[in-house]
Amino acid sequence: MTDTQWPVWEVFVQANPGIPHKHVGNVHAADAEMAIQNARDVYTRRSEGISIWVVPANAISASSPEDQGSFFEPSNDKPYRHPTFYKIPEGVKYL
Amino acid sequence: MTIQEAKFQYLLRLGDSSLIIGHRLSEWCGSGPILEEDIALINIALDFVGNATAILGYAATVEGNGRTEDDLAFLRGEREFRNLLITEQPNGDYAATITRQFLYDVYTYYLYEALKSSKDETIAALAEKSHKEITYHLRHTTEWMYRLGDGTAESHERMQNAMNDLWMFTGEMFDMDEVDAILIKEGIAPDLNTIKEKWEAHVKPVIAEATLQVPSYNFKQKGSREGKHSEHLGFLLAEMQSVHRSFPGAKW
Repeated sequence: MTDTQWPVWEVFVQANPGIPHKHVGNVHAADAEMAIQNARDVYTRRSEGISIWVVPANAISASSPEDQGSFFEPSNDKPYRHPTFYKIPEGVKYL
Repeated sequence: MTIQEAKFQYLLRLGDSSLIIGHRLSEWCGSGPILEEDIALINIALDFVGNATAILGYAATVEGNGRTEDDLAFLRGEREFRNLLITEQPNGDYAATITRQFLYDVYTYYLYEALKSSKDETIAALAEKSHKEITYHLRHTTEWMYRLGDGTAESHERMQNAMNDLWMFTGEMFDMDEVDAILIKEGIAPDLNTIKEKWEAHVKPVIAEATLQVPSYNFKQKGSREGKHSEHLGFLLAEMQSVHRSFPGAKW
């Protein structure tokens, strides 16, 4: 069976100024303008955001599950890379 | 006719049009062409029903007879409704829904823009809120006009058929009577001739870019100002009002 759906677009929403756009899900759409509108209608109905990015899903390159060992495990025994030895100054948000 | 009576009639026109087109759009719930578009349409439907709640609530206050927005929505008969004929036309196929919505969105876009400077503060405040919603409705339906009108041979044909069927309902959007005359004089409502100019200047280029034709006939359907409706409104009200009429005063 062929897929008759429109292409998939990954949706990223920024909740507040100055913080990163966060992946929230995806939508189907024929083009970028409709993808933005569909993302607005599906993912920002409850005031979740102030900005939307959409990216064609096939434009995203991902690491493979088989890479997990070589990619991520070597950092497990290097706790000194965590910034836990610093105190966060009071009043700093979104850190 | 007093200013109060004129204002009540005017608010019924605004509120009923929102309520009826909102209900029509809600009929798509669960059967939209794709999930995203289903949600988009229901968002728009909810905007209209919310707008109707506010406007009919204010209408009830202006009337001052102890009725509520629910009484106005659910306990009036067909001949007492003042919604524009275009708002009660059936959904048809998706081309008909989009065409109906586009023609009406452009109208509300300029009407509510004008109402933002109404001398009635409540109307001005309601218009301010609604105009943001309408701006999005119009953006959404305009994009669909281009894509379906200038899409495949089949989508083009369906859009042109919809335009031919619905164009005759656009003329009465700009009809004015004593109600308008009184409220224009008071600075409460705009002159619909100015809205008509803006509407035509906006609608025609979009229709052309969507590779569609404005129908050449001059025939115009009218009657909603006097409560004379097409045969479709009675069925819509029967469904919309059935719960309230079966369980009067029910709350949840």
